[in-house]
Amino acid sequence: MTLLDVVIFLPLAAFLMILFFPKGSVEGIRRFSLIASTAIFIFSLGLIGPYWFNTPGRWTFVTDLPWISSPAIRYHVALDGISLWLVILSTLLTPICVLVSWRHIDKRVKEFFAFLLLLEFGLVGVFCALDFFLFYVFWEVALVPMYFLIGVWGHDRRIYSAVKFFLYTMAGSVLMLCAIIYLYTQAGNTFDYVRIVAGLQNGSIPLDSGPQLMLFLAFFVAFAIKVPLFPLHTWLPDAHVEAPTAGSVMLASVMLKMGTYGLLRFCVPMFPEAARRCSGWIITLAIIGIIYGALVAMVQPNMKKLVAYSSVSHLGFVVLGIFTFTQQGFDGAVYQMLNHGVSTGALFILVGFLYERNHSLEIASYGGVATPAPNLSIVFMITMLASIGLPMLNNFIGEYLVLQGAALVYFKWSVFAAIGVILSACYMLWLYQRVFFGRASDEVSRHMPDLNMREYAIIVPLIVLMVWMGTFTQSFIPPISASNAVLLGPIDAGRQVRNSTPPKGLRAQQNRAQQNKAGAKELSDAR
Amino acid sequence: MPASFVPSATDYLRFLPEIIMIAIGALIMLLEPLLGGNKKDSLSGLTVLGFIVALVAAIMANGMPGTSFSNMLIVDGFGTFFRVLVIGVGILTVLSSAQYLKREHAASAEYYALLLFSVTGQCVMATANELIMIFIGLEISSIATYILAGYLRDDKRNNEAALKYFLLGSFATAFLLYGIAWIYGTTGTTNLMDIRAYLLTPGVQRNMVLAGTAAALMFVGFAFKVSAAPFQVWAPDVYQGAPAPVTLFMSAGPKAAAFAVFLRVFMTAFEPITSRWEPFVWSSALLTMVIGNFAALSQTNIKRLLAYSSIAHAGYVMVAIASHSQIGVAAAMFYLAAYALMNVGAFAVITHFSRQGEKFLEVEDLAGLGWKQPVTAALFTIFLLSLIGVPLTGGFFGKFYIFKAALDANLIWLSVLGLLNSAVAAYYYLRIIVVMYMHEPGDSTVTLQPLGAGIAATLWATALGTLILGIYPSLILNFATSSSVLAK
Repeated sequence: MTLLDVVIFLPLAAFLMILFFPKGSVEGIRRFSLIASTAIFIFSLGLIGPYWFNTPGRWTFVTDLPWISSPAIRYHVALDGISLWLVILSTLLTPICVLVSWRHIDKRVKEFFAFLLLLEFGLVGVFCALDFFLFYVFWEVALVPMYFLIGVWGHDRRIYSAVKFFLYTMAGSVLMLCAIIYLYTQAGNTFDYVRIVAGLQNGSIPLDSGPQLMLFLAFFVAFAIKVPLFPLHTWLPDAHVEAPTAGSVMLASVMLKMGTYGLLRFCVPMFPEAARRCSGWIITLAIIGIIYGALVAMVQPNMKKLVAYSSVSHLGFVVLGIFTFTQQGFDGAVYQMLNHGVSTGALFILVGFLYERNHSLEIASYGGVATPAPNLSIVFMITMLASIGLPMLNNFIGEYLVLQGAALVYFKWSVFAAIGVILSACYMLWLYQRVFFGRASDEVSRHMPDLNMREYAIIVPLIVLMVWMGTFTQSFIPPISASNAVLLGPIDAGRQVRNSTPPKGLRAQQNRAQQNKAGAKELSDAR
Repeated sequence: MPASFVPSATDYLRFLPEIIMIAIGALIMLLEPLLGGNKKDSLSGLTVLGFIVALVAAIMANGMPGTSFSNMLIVDGFGTFFRVLVIGVGILTVLSSAQYLKREHAASAEYYALLLFSVTGQCVMATANELIMIFIGLEISSIATYILAGYLRDDKRNNEAALKYFLLGSFATAFLLYGIAWIYGTTGTTNLMDIRAYLLTPGVQRNMVLAGTAAALMFVGFAFKVSAAPFQVWAPDVYQGAPAPVTLFMSAGPKAAAFAVFLRVFMTAFEPITSRWEPFVWSSALLTMVIGNFAALSQTNIKRLLAYSSIAHAGYVMVAIASHSQIGVAAAMFYLAAYALMNVGAFAVITHFSRQGEKFLEVEDLAGLGWKQPVTAALFTIFLLSLIGVPLTGGFFGKFYIFKAALDANLIWLSVLGLLNSAVAAYYYLRIIVVMYMHEPGDSTVTLQPLGAGIAATLWATALGTLILGIYPSLILNFATSSSVLAK
């Protein structure tokens, strides 16, 4: 039993314990959830241990036990540099969400916090599962509590949004299930990710390009819905807008990462040839998503919807980074996942603060908030600037790495993607201007107390993290790069095979591949 | 078959569960006039006792596998599995019925006796090794169920359900019997193993058309009994009209037994002509899933909704049959066990909720149940999640094994379409959860009485079973796998 198992199962234990609380003891339930989720976060910090001084590229905290004998399903969990930070992101945001919901959730409190902890269980599990079946189980386990969080505690159109959210994800995941079962038989009766990847790479698992493409697409659609990639994104604005603040935060910060994590961990390393064949299309969709998301965000009258569409735009960067198949692109994609988790999570929280004060999400009903609430407007500004990608703040690093990766492969991609960065400045600054500047109406100034202690406790850690991730990048990137190098292995191998007969479109890529290697070396030297 | 006409003691021991249930059923009918009005409650206890003794006998019979009565019956793992399953469904039915019958002022001995006879018929079906025995078992089971469907004889809906079920059911049985006649005419035997041996004999090619037609006729009969498309039309009306606990019973017991004979006949006798029947089962499976799921989308009556859902689930089992492999048989067995648990649980909730005269049957009536009776609603949610096929429930592993069998048999499109169907199904099950948890409680939920002991026992037992099958499926699956080798 490793520390990782403890971190996975503590949320489940806390969930079960909450069920036994008497319904009336609202305050007790809140305190218990806060203590439990904070304890889980502290435990999860211990996971950094092996990554502190060196950067093991392979698995740490491995547990591999048989669960079901036939078919051979194992409880196989482990951590690498990518899942490490995603697990910590999940455990960090859970106590923050507990605090966010402290007063905001005033009915059915027990069920709310129970579902929040169950959600954490699913999310942590998804990021460490190395058995496909186990991965699928956690994937679905995370789905159910989120469905309830949106449907029970959401706003007016919550039921429509919750059902839409569930059905979109379900439709994708049944395709994935189909692919997983097919793969099981092909791989000689195993669901084990490590063995399957090794088998696919050394050719002991035969897979023609036809089935490979079908499998790739089945996985890809499931993950792309979750990301969400344009044009499969339509569930996201609904779900985000209707969810309670904590739901929006968990959804944007962690659940969307399930999709990009899946692309990175499963789709690309297992089916490199198919991934390469489709990469042109996928990158096109990602760039459309970046620009389309930004343009649509600009015209939203609703703050939450604006942030939701900005997520579509930001997640486009992550997908772009992954499908450049470069070290920088991969590193940028992972870093961007974390950045988006921190800064968009913070944006949703701040919008939630405004909503708690004025009970409106419409931008038009605000204006001049800076006068009655100066500190709120300062933290909002820092968060907004981080989200735009200002240097010294976190998003800048991620976006820069992704753009660099894209430029190494095909320069025009980075040009188009950079348009998204400019647009993000437009909509964010405009939002800030309309909400915080100008003359405060009586209505606004009466209902706008400044931040209280609880709210400081929520937002300050996130602000610190934004600055930290934007300046001391080296505390986060080394484990990520080491793991990405491992994931990139099969793709580079595929590239070398292709070198012998270079098709026309790939010539530029090969030239870049050399520079790319040099670039990666440079980066590691810099460390 | 040269056999002595005096059956041996082992023959009787292998047939003991059926003997016990018939004896108890007859005893109950005799006891009724002797007992006073208030003592009739004890009859349900006696019925449960009879079922439990039969259950023990069935498990013990598994210790001496073999054929009895000149190869007419066969006791093997497969038969035992279904015997235990249908007897278990019988017990749960009794537990959920007692309160209902009292509420409707209709408690009487014949209900329990009919239930025992019906389960007896199903046990005969599970162990029959011979077409005539299959027919007799099917008729014992069906006739008792026809009567149960119209049990509240003053209720219009009950009468309609019973009449419809009886007329269409007899028609379908006639097809089955005609198929048996054809096969007898072609092969000169009604024993499943002998039919198989005949079909495998080289040089009988000219008779394949006749055998194929016989298989088609029998397919019609079985498809009706399991409510597979295009012979599913009766199911929604009958399920909706019959008393709630009887629907609970019908949707699990007779269906499982019908699938047992379906599997046994098509996987032993007709296995040599697989290539002829496989396309039909394939299309029927797809059609069943599509019709069941899409028709359920627009239902507002919860009994009717679950009726369509049960059609859709029959479609999933048909997928397992279409894969015609040993793991397909095991997957179908596992699925039927999981399905019986979750469906019995769901109908038990409805039995509890509908109240006298079955007033509250609309989905909307469940509004706010999650906050008025959290335990009932939570258990119902487990059943619904299992019906959707969410991991850690039995329904998920059932689907998983079935589609694994189908993919192994290279039925890729059937699997993809089937799994997409299950995503469609999520919609109508979620609607029930939505109403329970996301709507404000209405009159129908506020006036609800607490759970009765019998129904509570059923709900806890089935929910626990559903979760155990979902978390540790090896328990059942290993037995199903080892007993999926049918005697040929």
